[in-house]
Amino acid sequence: MPPRPARRHVPRVLLFLPALALLAVAFGLPLLQIVLRSFTDPDVGLTNYTAMLDDGITTTVILRTLRVAVTVVVLALLLAYPYAYVMSIASPAGRAVLTTLVLLPFWTSLMARNFAWLLLMQDGGPIQRFFSLFGLDVVLLGTTVGVTVAMTQVLLPFMVLPLYSSMQQIDRRLLQAAQSLGAKPRTAFRKIYLPLSAPGVVAGCTLVFILSLGFYITPALLGSSQQSLVAQLLAIRTTALLDFAGAGALGTVLLVITGLVLAVIGRFARPASSLAAATGGVK
Amino acid sequence: MRAASPGLRAAVILVALVLVAPTLVVIPMSFTAGTTFSFPPDDWSLRWYREFVTDPAWRTAIFNSLRIAVAVAALSVVLGTAAAIGLVRATFRGTTVLRALLLSPMTVPNIVTAIAVYVLFLRWQLNGTYLGFVLAHTAVALPFVVISVSSSLQGFDRRLETAASSLGASPWTVFRRITLPLVLPGVLSGAVFAFVTSFDEVVIALFLQSPTLTTLPVQMYKSVTLEIDPTIAAASSVVVVVVSLLILLPQLRAARRLVKENPA
Repeated sequence: MPPRPARRHVPRVLLFLPALALLAVAFGLPLLQIVLRSFTDPDVGLTNYTAMLDDGITTTVILRTLRVAVTVVVLALLLAYPYAYVMSIASPAGRAVLTTLVLLPFWTSLMARNFAWLLLMQDGGPIQRFFSLFGLDVVLLGTTVGVTVAMTQVLLPFMVLPLYSSMQQIDRRLLQAAQSLGAKPRTAFRKIYLPLSAPGVVAGCTLVFILSLGFYITPALLGSSQQSLVAQLLAIRTTALLDFAGAGALGTVLLVITGLVLAVIGRFARPASSLAAATGGVK
Repeated sequence: MRAASPGLRAAVILVALVLVAPTLVVIPMSFTAGTTFSFPPDDWSLRWYREFVTDPAWRTAIFNSLRIAVAVAALSVVLGTAAAIGLVRATFRGTTVLRALLLSPMTVPNIVTAIAVYVLFLRWQLNGTYLGFVLAHTAVALPFVVISVSSSLQGFDRRLETAASSLGASPWTVFRRITLPLVLPGVLSGAVFAFVTSFDEVVIALFLQSPTLTTLPVQMYKSVTLEIDPTIAAASSVVVVVVSLLILLPQLRAARRLVKENPA
């Protein structure tokens, strides 16, 4: 224990109270009331949940959202891993360049980036024209494939940064040791580097998965209502149908899925902190 | 540096393009003379930039976004810094729970927060109000401040405070002259994070907005979904260029310094 200063401290609770009060008003209570409402409106019980199972749409949409989220995670990981790896071995100047290239999209307006995808994917847009050179008719706008492609690009920085932050901590002498003991570079990478980078992989995948689950803007702008994702369904139930209890039930399901993922993953990594470490460390 | 193999190099260049290139299409788009999103444009003009700075709807949206983001940055910095100091200093049990609570807005899907806030603020008549926006955005911005301030508090030598107060400084003086200057980098980066989070936030804003209170991202959203208004291309380009400059300038300076220090 460090020696305690003789002066009186501000009571420590007072330091937390304002922040907690704000979170209660603008975050905690809203969530609590929407969860409660899903169990009590119109009457106490699971009506809203059984209705959700029976309407024939919600489960399809949830499954589609999970599928999209998993695809986005896999694609983002495949793109981000080599990039983060090179970031971690590059010279300081090279690293500065690669870091800047990740931070640019990370900080750039979400609306601008989605609008850019709309321009690229629109009818007669650059992507269609490019593929028509090969005689292919590619329609991305309004499809799940288009939404997946755009989401992968939009969320890519959230995969690169946690990966880089954990790869940075890997002691590269371990690889040299393995190779001096006769391991081929490939074997050394697979047996040493890959397992050591696992915390970053877990953190990045969790973060991107959770963000994908609740992603709204990309599917709303680039997707279609026939192939909507959970976020679109939530928005429609809330603002168009004013079915607050139904929306609450769907929101609760999303919360539970997120909570489960975090609870399982929490044993291995802390995605939020590692993202923070990554962005804080390279700013 | 250990040279990356040609394959790896190619992969990195490809990923770098994927990260940056798509967004750049908004820049040529913004100079279109046409009234559609047809890309590439046939004729060029600056009309959409003129529209962006003169049209009342866009001007009000920019102004609203700025005044909301400034308030959010200020409020979340004060609340977040206090909470971060409390977290690091806490001697009682349960700080892990407190920390998890303070960071929880990061882990809840945005859309769920948005509908929850919308429904409750509807009852409290906070939808479409300045206060409603500031409260909701501060809740999502707060974790960033808590994280950046607590990371700058790590490795903070508390004996400096003890020394100051043993020399007769009052607690307030100690905070102002010792604690604050040492955590200032964390506080400032938290403030920037909070400002950008609010300025760019669109999901919650879409639910809280009203005809009388709209933010820039909401106006951008409407200009694609409700009308075809190429002003969004000018707005996007301005945002992209401003953000790029803000990030590139310090990075370039750092890079130049590194190159100077390690030639070849």
